[in-house]
Amino acid sequence: MAASLSRVCVAGAGTIGSLLAAHLARVAEVSVLTRREAHAQALNEHGLRVSGRADFTATLRASVDPAELDAGLVILACKGSDLEPLAARIEGHFAGATVMTVQNGLGAEEVVAAHGDWPLLSSVTFMSGTRHSDTHVEYILDTATWIGPYRGTTPDDARAVADLIVASGLKAEAFDDLRPAQWSKLIFNSTVNAVAALTGLPHDFHFAEGQLGDLVHRLVDEGKAAAAAAGVELWEDPWEMNVLATKRGYAHRPSMLEDVEARRPTEVELITGALVREAERLGVRAPLQTAMYRLVKAKEASYSE
Amino acid sequence: MRICVVGCGAVGSLFAANLAQLDDVEVWAYDTSTEHVDAINANGLRLSGAGEVVGRMRATADAGELPPCDFGIVATKAMHTEPAIRATAHAFVDGCVATVQNGLGNEETLARHVERVIRGTTFPAGKILGPGHVQWDVRGDTTLGPFGSTPFAEVERLADACTRGGMPAHAVPDARGPQWRKVIFNSATNPVGALTGLTHGRVCERPDLRALVSGLVDEGKAVAAAQGIELDSDPEELIDHAAKPEVAYDHKASMLQDVEARRPTEIDYLNGGIVRVGREHDVPTPLNEAIWALVKGVEASWQQ
Repeated sequence: MAASLSRVCVAGAGTIGSLLAAHLARVAEVSVLTRREAHAQALNEHGLRVSGRADFTATLRASVDPAELDAGLVILACKGSDLEPLAARIEGHFAGATVMTVQNGLGAEEVVAAHGDWPLLSSVTFMSGTRHSDTHVEYILDTATWIGPYRGTTPDDARAVADLIVASGLKAEAFDDLRPAQWSKLIFNSTVNAVAALTGLPHDFHFAEGQLGDLVHRLVDEGKAAAAAAGVELWEDPWEMNVLATKRGYAHRPSMLEDVEARRPTEVELITGALVREAERLGVRAPLQTAMYRLVKAKEASYSE
Repeated sequence: MRICVVGCGAVGSLFAANLAQLDDVEVWAYDTSTEHVDAINANGLRLSGAGEVVGRMRATADAGELPPCDFGIVATKAMHTEPAIRATAHAFVDGCVATVQNGLGNEETLARHVERVIRGTTFPAGKILGPGHVQWDVRGDTTLGPFGSTPFAEVERLADACTRGGMPAHAVPDARGPQWRKVIFNSATNPVGALTGLTHGRVCERPDLRALVSGLVDEGKAVAAAQGIELDSDPEELIDHAAKPEVAYDHKASMLQDVEARRPTEIDYLNGGIVRVGREHDVPTPLNEAIWALVKGVEASWQQ
């Protein structure tokens, strides 16, 4: 990865994209690729305000046209369900840049790889926030973003980006191989997000004890069996991640829960769907994850009732 | 003969109003809603829809007023069985009490309070339109059978009265088959509708979701078989039949209606019942357990 990290483009300015863009603007020249013209205009005029765990307003440049933006690092920060059209939009642009995905689940890298030969980094993020407007994001959970090489990149490249993110005030960690961490998060999200979306519960104590805790445990076990069959040694035990997260004293509302409440498409296809397909490919039985996947898909279908 | 309907919701009202048409039956209605009770006492209990019926009867919200009865017909939601029979048991010291409720475990609850219990499963359905007025949506049969040592002649006597009143009922020596068919049907479809927001027909037309429904049915069948229960017909047929446009394609399962109104559901007595009986017979029921936990999670989310 020869490209310089002095210019970064964040494509997709939802909660995660906004948090990354605003923070990185403190240590690099940051541009934002938005989908809506009004969003780009608002960012150009007012900057991007961060509240919560940090309090500042970043100045950055935004556009809906990738041809107007140039960067050595492009971070695709949209939701998984929006990744394919975003990757298509940047096809033929950002020559020489390294592209990094931050989507939940599995398969984001392949989606992007099909649209260009950029060197690719993988990442997953645990930070969270709330997007109050086009120009204001609240930083809530200061958990890390994990980064690893994927295609045409090295562990050193991952470390350089992690260092940049840390210098910007966020938490990040580089991995020589992201898969163990990615799978830990995949199993965690596949389980917790689907259960939250189906029950309406935020990620609270119900997920770690009693009847629902038993279900979460069984779902995690199916995921662990699939990971083992894939030859992945998990970075963290997803059940322990779950228990720990319910003890933070703050009940996070997983994005899949927010999506079904707002009757938006969810990321279930890239998360629980991906896990179910991997399990099937590996010959591992995952009847409960399969049930969750089908129920969430059906819940999405009910929006048209 | 004197019959008291305990719990005069939609199904209880169908029994009460129809039985009140008979000259040889005196009907009492016990319900905790004083508005409903007052309306019934003032104007009778009116059914509209599948049949136009007005039944004259004594209704009360005070169980102490109930005289000794030959039969009770308990039609409350399953989670109200215990308080309902505790309050009314004194009226059935020399009588028999039939349950026409959903789910598993109602007979056992009744038997803790009264001597003679009748196991019942009923298919007619309706909804409350207002105090004293019930919409009769679907006609259907009722199957009654003895629970424990209840004499079969008593079961036949109640079935005969129901049939003559316009609610066709059959007395059978073992009523567990129809009960389990309905429990399996309800457990496999109601919570899936409740969790997804889909009507019965839309649940069934998604092949992947229909496969989940079949997975739930298979577990229920295995638990029924482990007890030596022979289902009177395949719940799968009932599910496919109900999915037809002219039958119940657009029907929102009662559990979906409960969830939308944030009312407690009967999940503990449906999927929860299958899981409990499955454990007693070492039959694994992981899908029913998962669905049970999810719907309990939905109920817990209302406390947030």
